[in-house]
Amino acid sequence: MNPSTPSPAAAGKKPILQVRGLTKHFGASGGFGLTSRSKVIRAVDGVSFDLYPGETLGLVGESGCGKSTVARTLLRLEEPTAGQALFDGKDIFTMDGAEMRNLRRRMQVIFQDPYASLNPRMRVEDIISEPWVIHPDVVPIDQRPDRVRDLLESVGLRRDHAERYPHQFSGGQLQRIGIARAMTLNPQVMICDEPVSALDLSIQAQVINLLEEIQDRHQIAYIFIAHDLSVVRHMSDRVAVMYLGRVAELGTERQVYGSPRHPYTKALLSAEPTINFTNEMQSRRILLQGEVPSPANPPSGCRFRTRCWKAEERCKVDIPELVVQSDGDGHVAACHFPEPLSTGPAH
Amino acid sequence: MTTVTTTPTSGEAEAVIIRRAQPWWQLLWRDKFACVAAVWLTVLAFCLIIGPELLGDTATQLNLRARNAVPGLENGPMWILGGDPLGRSLLARLIVGARNTISVALTAVFIAMTVGGTLGMVAGYVGKWVSHVIMRLADVVQSFPSLLLAVIVLYMLEPRVGNLIIVLATTRTPIYLRVTRAEVLEIRERVFVDASRALGSGRFHILRNHIAPIVAPTLLTIMTVDFASVMLSESGLSFLGIGIQPPAITWGLMVAQGRNYLAQAWWLAFFPGLMIMFATLSANILSSWLRLATDPVQRWRLETHKKEEDDK
Repeated sequence: MNPSTPSPAAAGKKPILQVRGLTKHFGASGGFGLTSRSKVIRAVDGVSFDLYPGETLGLVGESGCGKSTVARTLLRLEEPTAGQALFDGKDIFTMDGAEMRNLRRRMQVIFQDPYASLNPRMRVEDIISEPWVIHPDVVPIDQRPDRVRDLLESVGLRRDHAERYPHQFSGGQLQRIGIARAMTLNPQVMICDEPVSALDLSIQAQVINLLEEIQDRHQIAYIFIAHDLSVVRHMSDRVAVMYLGRVAELGTERQVYGSPRHPYTKALLSAEPTINFTNEMQSRRILLQGEVPSPANPPSGCRFRTRCWKAEERCKVDIPELVVQSDGDGHVAACHFPEPLSTGPAH
Repeated sequence: MTTVTTTPTSGEAEAVIIRRAQPWWQLLWRDKFACVAAVWLTVLAFCLIIGPELLGDTATQLNLRARNAVPGLENGPMWILGGDPLGRSLLARLIVGARNTISVALTAVFIAMTVGGTLGMVAGYVGKWVSHVIMRLADVVQSFPSLLLAVIVLYMLEPRVGNLIIVLATTRTPIYLRVTRAEVLEIRERVFVDASRALGSGRFHILRNHIAPIVAPTLLTIMTVDFASVMLSESGLSFLGIGIQPPAITWGLMVAQGRNYLAQAWWLAFFPGLMIMFATLSANILSSWLRLATDPVQRWRLETHKKEEDDK
């Protein structure tokens, strides 16, 4: 969004979602296989961040860095291995059935693949009113058909689309239906798990505009997951950069994009394709050595040290911690040798 | 017939073709094979309901002049398909036999599908532990040859129709169970199930609204194929004397009895066999039509059929 607006944290709001030390290891509990016991995939390893009401927190990183696992764990589609996620002060991971049902109304999700996220055998009307079947007190039965059609209009579809089946729509339209379904319970937090990655470029823009419009109207906080740097930059108030299951850097969009402190962020941003392609830009491109290490066997100490040009002995031993600052405006990096904080405006 | 509209969509320059939903009888009429199958099954249902009341006496009436009679009209219209070794009308016996045959097979298959489907959904969705218990039980049933199991059980219990149905259903259940579980394991990982979970739905809601509608057509298809093998199993058991007992009539029993006369009077086994085949075939064709008609993604195949004919 507009970078000149002060971040919601600055206005002295309390975070609606506080994630602390979120950890998800796969294959930890063994199984019937002979090999499964020894291999633990550390998909997410101690992720912390705050989310403030009405803001957009971008979660960016390469594929396999654990972005989607963070989303799935927060939704309790996967059970976390460790960590806390306080939603309005209550830990999501220790909630009982009734509390969980209540949370579902307040936190919703948009998935990456619009084709797969809608049941092909259900009409749009049934898809959108499914949340009200699960939470029957939200909208009385006789008002549901009307509300479905109102919602369709509010996401830019037509009222008569309610009669159709998912296969009769294009990808962009299906994503709009997915958004309408997520809106039915009037959530306060929306987790957007790569909502535009599966769409054409021209349609990406429309869906992003729709998401922004909805945020303006309903003051929903977004966790916006993507691997597209420019999309995250456009959408986000604050950005968390993830590398190999950990948050490398956290700050406002201006801070992270303008003066990155973590070496990984610098390298990532320098790889972003740009239209203003000059020789100077090319010379500044940082080429990282090697591959992303396997999350089954991550490096000791700093996760990024194997590819970092600043790495020293200390990076092998000490894990650099990311300390989330309570004012939410802090620009922090999980690095022993971060770039200095910039004081002036970026660029 | 079909309304094809090109809709200007919301800012997205993509044309979507929409066809008005058609009532099921129109879809059935479009598919001529399915139509014939439906008619044949209706005739069988008619035989099943009033056959024994209508022709019960004719089916047991002896006519010694028509012993092993050749199909034809020499002995009167009821002997058009020939006569059995006691001179009874084969046609009447086929019609009267429909009730026992179809009700036994249908009930057995239906019970197997219901029990197998339910257990399969539980095994696929609930928990690892429950799943293991259910699957090992299925293994136990499957590890016995089904005929042997039936012989033992029916020998120990009374060879009554009720017991026969239970035995046949038990031996068929593991097939439905395994297929259902396999499908559930696949469907439960789909994103729309995750979406439903994120909305707060419970297991029962997901099984009923998202998983069962997708598994059902598969089970229906297996059911129609199974229908024939259950009819044959029943005839096998009847042949061994522990199924349906001889004064009663079933098609399988007629095939079994006709086997002795295969060299002299082939029609004794041929016509009951034909009945079994047609019944199964019809059920199969109709079920594949039903599978298409209930699938919103596939339904257009039935709807465009007529349009192509119009174009010619």
